[in-house]
Amino acid sequence: MPSIKMTVNGKEVAGEVEGRTLLVQFIRDHLGLTGTHVGCDTSQCGACTVHMNGRAVKSCSILAAHADGAEVATIEGLADGDTLHPMQEAFRQHHALQCGFCTPGMVMSAIGIVNDNPDPSEKEIREALEGNICRCTGYHNIVEAIGAAAKEMKA
Amino acid sequence: MYDFEYQRATSVDDATTKYGGAEDARFLAGGMTLIPVLKQRLDQPSDVVDLGDLDDMRGISEEGGAIVVKAMTTHHDVNTSDLVNSKIPALAALAGTIGDQMVRNRGTIGGSLANNDPAASYPCAVLALNATIKTDKRDIAADDFFTGMFDTALDEGELILAVSFPIPEEAGYKHFPNPASRFPIVGSFVAKGADGVRVAITGAGPCAFRQTEFEAAFAGGLNPDAIKDIKVSDDGLNTDIHASAEYRAHLINVMTRRAIGG
Repeated sequence: MPSIKMTVNGKEVAGEVEGRTLLVQFIRDHLGLTGTHVGCDTSQCGACTVHMNGRAVKSCSILAAHADGAEVATIEGLADGDTLHPMQEAFRQHHALQCGFCTPGMVMSAIGIVNDNPDPSEKEIREALEGNICRCTGYHNIVEAIGAAAKEMKA
Repeated sequence: MYDFEYQRATSVDDATTKYGGAEDARFLAGGMTLIPVLKQRLDQPSDVVDLGDLDDMRGISEEGGAIVVKAMTTHHDVNTSDLVNSKIPALAALAGTIGDQMVRNRGTIGGSLANNDPAASYPCAVLALNATIKTDKRDIAADDFFTGMFDTALDEGELILAVSFPIPEEAGYKHFPNPASRFPIVGSFVAKGADGVRVAITGAGPCAFRQTEFEAAFAGGLNPDAIKDIKVSDDGLNTDIHASAEYRAHLINVMTRRAIGG
């Protein structure tokens, strides 16, 4: 069984996994960080999105062993104490959620989108959200929230 | 997913040695196809040899009139490379249409080519640009590489190291995306280079192929009108719930004209 170590939300973590253990299983079942969701489990919905070495990735499609040595950031690591990350705050202000299941993945993806494109147009945001599915179909407010957060993150 | 022996390669030699020493191994590049395939139990390798640590298999350079993209370079890195955007902008744009943000951050050109999905985007660029696939054993010409659905000229355990794309005078790519998956239902890549005009199609058949009747029609220049009256045969093209062979044949002409601004 591979022994792995990685940094998750700034903390060193370690564990024993099977070769087939997915990164999302390690995050949820081994570390107890259940903010990262498993939605479709077929790499289409983006609910499991985390950041690995600074890039948004689908943690249901990466082996935990592959992430050995990586820096991983999950939804739990975004807020600074009681102060939400500007993307989380924008989602709250713009009511960018209905049932909330897709929200952690949406927020992690959205931060990736704005990191790559600090001033995205509405069209660019809609295209860049290709990999995240909201089955409540609440996209409109999500797009507005990302646009607002982009301005806040630039400021 | 069935369990397997996970092995992490420390060099290209180590990767091929580990592969050769296993009963039935698979190389793991970005994993954007392999991991979903394993999760669906469509494959059951004894070993997975992870190439993730091989940093010397990543990067893009210009060498003697060609852009060389190493095999573990991600779609995101090709899409955002200044070099690719300045020398072969159609290739950079194509990379930006693959999957989504998260897939482009992980998926690699080598993995895409080795897998040879019938609807993969890169194969038509490789064919139209007359690229050379460089492996740990030899150089393979694009025309010899794609041999069938999910099938390539690669031998068992042969590893793609890089792809060398001759810089064209002009090139363009256009695809008609599946409305749900965004995979090309049909994609067309047109390139005018030292070898004349080459046109390659993805998504329409078992694997990417050249549309030679268009190439001949473009001998006088890349004018969309030169092919508008050519009716493409639907013989051997794919039919599925998304599009019939006849519709794909129609799209081959339309996407090719749009690839060159028509």
